[in-house]
Amino acid sequence: MDGQDQAYNFAYLDEQTKRMIRRAILKGLAVPGYQVPFASREMPMPYGWGTGGVQVSAAVMVPEDRFKVIDQGADDTTNAVSIRKFFEKTAGVAVTERTGEATVIQTRHRIPEEELGEGQVLVYQVPIPEPLRFLEPSEVETRKMHALEEYGLMHVKLYEDIARHGAISTAYAYPVKVEGRYVMDPSPIPKFDNPKMEMAAVQLFGAGREQRIYALPPYTKVVSLDFEDHPFDPSKADHPCDLCGAEDSYLDEVIVDDAGGRMFVCSDTDYCGTRQANGHRGALAAEDAA
Amino acid sequence: MSNLQESGPLLSVRDVAKFYGARVGCRDVSFDLWPGEVMGIVGESGSGKTTLLNCLAGQLTPDHGEVLFDTRTDGLKDTVRMSEPERRMLRRTDWAFVHQHAHEGLRMNVSAGGNVGERLMAVGARNYGQIREEALDWLGRVEISGERIDDRPSAFSGGMRQRLQIARNLVTGPRLVFMDEPTGGLDVSVQARLLDLLRGLVREMGLSAIIVTHDLAVVRLLADRLMVMKGGEVVEAGLTDQVLDDPQHGYTQLLVSSVLQV
Repeated sequence: MDGQDQAYNFAYLDEQTKRMIRRAILKGLAVPGYQVPFASREMPMPYGWGTGGVQVSAAVMVPEDRFKVIDQGADDTTNAVSIRKFFEKTAGVAVTERTGEATVIQTRHRIPEEELGEGQVLVYQVPIPEPLRFLEPSEVETRKMHALEEYGLMHVKLYEDIARHGAISTAYAYPVKVEGRYVMDPSPIPKFDNPKMEMAAVQLFGAGREQRIYALPPYTKVVSLDFEDHPFDPSKADHPCDLCGAEDSYLDEVIVDDAGGRMFVCSDTDYCGTRQANGHRGALAAEDAA
Repeated sequence: MSNLQESGPLLSVRDVAKFYGARVGCRDVSFDLWPGEVMGIVGESGSGKTTLLNCLAGQLTPDHGEVLFDTRTDGLKDTVRMSEPERRMLRRTDWAFVHQHAHEGLRMNVSAGGNVGERLMAVGARNYGQIREEALDWLGRVEISGERIDDRPSAFSGGMRQRLQIARNLVTGPRLVFMDEPTGGLDVSVQARLLDLLRGLVREMGLSAIIVTHDLAVVRLLADRLMVMKGGEVVEAGLTDQVLDDPQHGYTQLLVSSVLQV
């Protein structure tokens, strides 16, 4: 804990709060996909910036951890940088940008491309934990629907998508069914990432404003909802990465000039950088890059 | 109507009572509803008819009495005391509830097709093509043009909304339909068309129905039997024509004589 600012308890939150959050996490792990209420604390950042994820990270973090934060896949965006600095200062933990080396990864809107292993924890920042929220405004009713497994309404949303757009147009926060029981909002990750949720790492979801925590234990069965004649399609931009040439990673479209020029690049910066360091080149990569 | 004797009643109501504090919502209501039968409940505002309907349909819990429904698996079963999942299952399969205001019974931000398909998806339909086909079929049966299938109910007229609500409710082939003033708030020509449609569907599908209304013309047209309520109690019951043509109770006489003649 050297270098830690002693004005704070380890990882900012007091021990009683962490205990309360750990209890919620354990309950969430015991009932995968179930939204556990918890007494979310005020954090020194605005709601919507990952207050839920930060509290979950703080509760699971130990001094030996190596911490990574990504925002839309990138390590170097404002949100990621400020949260990483926050824990460097308040917990004194080591930080990294390497997915494979991290023990705790806090993420906003992406799952890293590199496969996560046992012993790693993936913490999601969740804006709206209730998958049925925009269909059924009453919290009393949605809780009852979860309790009684009444999920027909979720398919009404997918039906509406097909009726209006000819295909299921929900591209992120795509609803999943966990272990054949709870329907869960996977947070706004692209549906491309949905199949990755059956993984070896522990996945924890924290929603600070909505005061909910839910979780997926390792190797939990996660099925994306669909219709028999409109099966789930984890689509991505049909293009290789212009920097590293990867064909299998999720891409961001970047506008490069005002004449319609654009390029597609991996949203996972660590994945893209590692590939470039290993000599992979995309169509628009600078010759002297990496 | 010939096989009435062979099977038991579809719904059997015993001594149902509901109190709001010291006030009476309804009390001492008992009757049997047979398969294929349409029962009308009439009375003035505040007579307890909607309270009674909500008690029967599981929307309110009566303080006293039993509501026995002939379930497909277990035969007659008290819906008041059955578990909530079971009751909610009944509500989206064997029962249907048509609200007075269509917007209470519809999802206004979901297309007409989605509204009709919801009950199908709630009972496990997972084939888009089939759901859509079924929805188109039902829109046709309630005289809504198929090209409106992707429009939202907010773009529909009052009469169309009410017809859409009926389609949405009948799509799973329920055996018992509860209707709360189904023609309230519609103008007379639309009312006539809706009643005509309802009468056709009830006869064609062999539905049983309980219709709450204050409009005697509606029950005359639709109901086989009639209950007249006042102050939370049933004051007169019998065959519709009999009650309306030869009312015995003072209040029924008043009600029948108050109908405006054109």
